[in-house]
Amino acid sequence: MYAWIFRHLPGPLWLRVLQAGVLAGLAIAVLMIWVFPWISEFLPWTASTLGSSTTHTPA
Amino acid sequence: MVDPRSTGSPGRERRFIEMIVRGVAEVLFTAGVTLLLFVAWQLWWTNLDSDREQASVVSETARQWSQQRATESSAAGSPAEGEVWGILYVPRFGQDYAKPIAEGIDLEVLNSAGIGHYPGTQRPGHIGNVGLAGHRQSHGQVFWAMDTLQAGDKAYIQTQEGIYTYTYRNTHIVYPSESQVLLPVPGESNAHPTRKILTLTTCHPPFTTDMRMVVHLEQSSFSAAHTEPPSQIRDVVSQMITLEGA
Repeated sequence: MYAWIFRHLPGPLWLRVLQAGVLAGLAIAVLMIWVFPWISEFLPWTASTLGSSTTHTPA
Repeated sequence: MVDPRSTGSPGRERRFIEMIVRGVAEVLFTAGVTLLLFVAWQLWWTNLDSDREQASVVSETARQWSQQRATESSAAGSPAEGEVWGILYVPRFGQDYAKPIAEGIDLEVLNSAGIGHYPGTQRPGHIGNVGLAGHRQSHGQVFWAMDTLQAGDKAYIQTQEGIYTYTYRNTHIVYPSESQVLLPVPGESNAHPTRKILTLTTCHPPFTTDMRMVVHLEQSSFSAAHTEPPSQIRDVVSQMITLEGA
């Protein structure tokens, strides 16, 4: 898949490397800003409270 | 001899296998990188977001109080869920340490404000136990350095009324179910409270949620809003007001 994308990017090598970098950056940004915050709502990994008031455990 | 599974030449079959292997490898590689990125998000990125947000909430709150100081303090009803009603200063956690205290301990509150007040526990200034919760790591990790508190250390809660000074008493580790530490007399049900206690809770050991670290402090003094703040935090308190919600 990665090789296929790289082959199909237009331009000379340096431009394709640049485009690949931008694409990777975009993918990381989407994960960091939208995907991970959404996933973390379903994870119990950050629990710091005590007692029955915590149905989900906070860290 | 031609393999019945292959429709073309042996070279084509070989390329097909190569493609499958490469595809699986890319999926595994992508999954691995994504998991690493998630760790980076949880332990690093969330702190960037929260630090910025908490700093602006603190300075905005401090500025509001400083403007209202001349007038009568607003009605002291119980704050709404998520409402910021205090600022916690702990010099042991850093000279500039100032974090907002919001009402409630839902993850939403802890992830944004940083420190949450256990509903039903006491408010500062009254006999009983003020219970606060915060993250040990991620989302600003307000109580990261909880284990460094020692004899003589102070914590300060600033509200619209003034600054309450608390002196460190003790630390212990409990199970997440042991909410008795938040009773008016910590650990003793039906006891008659006579002291003004502050209890800070966070998770323990770091990076897990197995146990809770609990710190008890006791109120030792109070400075009203219009008076000089305690000398240990004078700089950071005035800094918060002049930051003007930066």
